[in-house]
Amino acid sequence: MNPELQGRVFPPTEPYLVGREKVREFARAVFATNPINLDPEAAKAAGYDDVVAPPTFAVVVQEHSLAKLLAEPDAGIDFTRVVHGDQRFTSTRPIVAGDLLTATLTVSSVKTLGAHSMVTAESSITDAAGEHVVTAVSTLVVRGDE
Amino acid sequence: MSVTPQLPAFDALTVGDVVAEREFALTRDSLVRYAGASGDFNPIHYRDDVAASVGLPGVLAHGMLTMGFAVQPVVDWAGDPGRVTDYQVRFTRPVVVDPETGASVSVVAKVGQLDAEARVARIDLTVAFDGQTVLGKAQVRVALD
Repeated sequence: MNPELQGRVFPPTEPYLVGREKVREFARAVFATNPINLDPEAAKAAGYDDVVAPPTFAVVVQEHSLAKLLAEPDAGIDFTRVVHGDQRFTSTRPIVAGDLLTATLTVSSVKTLGAHSMVTAESSITDAAGEHVVTAVSTLVVRGDE
Repeated sequence: MSVTPQLPAFDALTVGDVVAEREFALTRDSLVRYAGASGDFNPIHYRDDVAASVGLPGVLAHGMLTMGFAVQPVVDWAGDPGRVTDYQVRFTRPVVVDPETGASVSVVAKVGQLDAEARVARIDLTVAFDGQTVLGKAQVRVALD
């Protein structure tokens, strides 16, 4: 992997409009049972404008920014050798249906451990007003030749 | 539905308390459903031949699916998904999902740390499949009143 990737900031992703049915579909897929994830009336009663996305929903938006990193011509990342190492989401507020979100990815570190490389990518996700919503951090392990 | 969720009282918590426990029964259908919902269509999560060709013991659950459901018992305990302010995991072992019998994954959520000033509880998850943990350092920060 190209060590010069460290510190590189990628252009923001196309805005992603969070749909109510997408949130509900994702919520069901992760076995969410909380009515605030599924029922707009319950979400409103709890003070939200619409259904609230589960804590890991940001991965859907983050994915668009990771695609840019993996496709970077000089990155030298072989997608078939990538294993997901760690994942973290740090939120300022939850994602709610109706949000228009953009992710900006920064490569925060590139490390080599023997034959393997590790890249940590931090995607800052902001709303239409430019306010921070959540930061999604992934560490990807790229397996070298055994 | 307009049930006002009962929020756990921060002051009643003690480090080590088990706040939630749940068993998740995954099937191949769960993986296909998550693939569609998340957009992660890596075939190692639904094709036995592809999984075998890259040396895997079988079709695996998406790590992000395991991360996604493992937090749900905490969401239900907290009463509101918006109270989860930080969530991290390390993927340490794969969950192999048998085409016929599926896979059963257990989650135990315990109070790991209490920050009285911020009114934030750190809930630590033990997520196990086949007698072994599959997530490491699985920690959820929950903002309470």
